[in-house]
Amino acid sequence: MLRRSTYFILSIVFGLYLLFSCQSGLSVETMQYATNGQKVYTTHCQNCHGANGEGLGKLYPPLTDTVFLNVNRDKLACIVKNGMSGEITVNGVKYNQEMPGVPQMNATDIAYVLTYVTTYFGNSKTHFTREEIEKYLAKCE
Amino acid sequence: MEKEIDGKKVVDTVYQTIPDFSFLNQDSVQLTQDFFKGKIYVANFFFTHCPSICPTMQRNLLKAYEKYKGNEKIAFLSHSIDFKYDQPYILKDYANKLGVDNDQWQFVNGSKADIYGMADRYLVYAKEDANAPGGYDHQGYLVIIDPDKRIRGAYDGTDQTQVNKLLEDLDVILKEYK
Repeated sequence: MLRRSTYFILSIVFGLYLLFSCQSGLSVETMQYATNGQKVYTTHCQNCHGANGEGLGKLYPPLTDTVFLNVNRDKLACIVKNGMSGEITVNGVKYNQEMPGVPQMNATDIAYVLTYVTTYFGNSKTHFTREEIEKYLAKCE
Repeated sequence: MEKEIDGKKVVDTVYQTIPDFSFLNQDSVQLTQDFFKGKIYVANFFFTHCPSICPTMQRNLLKAYEKYKGNEKIAFLSHSIDFKYDQPYILKDYANKLGVDNDQWQFVNGSKADIYGMADRYLVYAKEDANAPGGYDHQGYLVIIDPDKRIRGAYDGTDQTQVNKLLEDLDVILKEYK
């Protein structure tokens, strides 16, 4: 009797796991990165880029341009850490406002926050690893 | 204010009022209280390259601006506390990029003494502080001033619930001055 109910509970847990993991299409690890990243985002990015990555007018670009995120995947870490200046085009709109970086942010937190941005606002299905971020940071201009 | 009338304590509100002012606006024109005659306006303090609370505060004030756009009884006034950098052309560029395309929302700058003195009159804390993000420390209040120059309310411009209350209260005060 006990064994049967244990199997029953296990199968429900496994079923729920399948249901949710299939729905978002993200692995558990990626989801963990994104969840941690949301906290980093709220602290360091949300003021300007907005709770939904919508940006603000033509001052601060939205973070929803999937093409921009994919094409610049290897540059995003340096932008977060060192900021950026000069004209960029996001979602077909030109922006030219200096962005301050967050120089004290470590590679792990950058991996978290970029995973959050690229999966929630973009269409990425994978996370950034700390090693990957460190590789990009070594090549910052 | 508390008074004693017939042995009972009676509380009466004494409103803080805003004195006359003259600041340079985003079009390099001196802006005085004449502009706000007969209007209810929302005032705040910010600076254009503020990395902390300002973007959230301005995003919320933009919602109010868009709601009352074209209403001649409502205006907005943002004071820059960065008296060094925020020259009129910087403020103009900022306003354009924010999406402000009429004169209903004014952006002004002035001397340090004038702007910070004015912040005191609006009961908003503002100070130059090298340790604060961006170099200036300040509060993100949105302050409602009625046509009689009285402060009618102050709302945390970074808090959604308070901003909604501001929008409700603006409607209430608008009815008073129909």
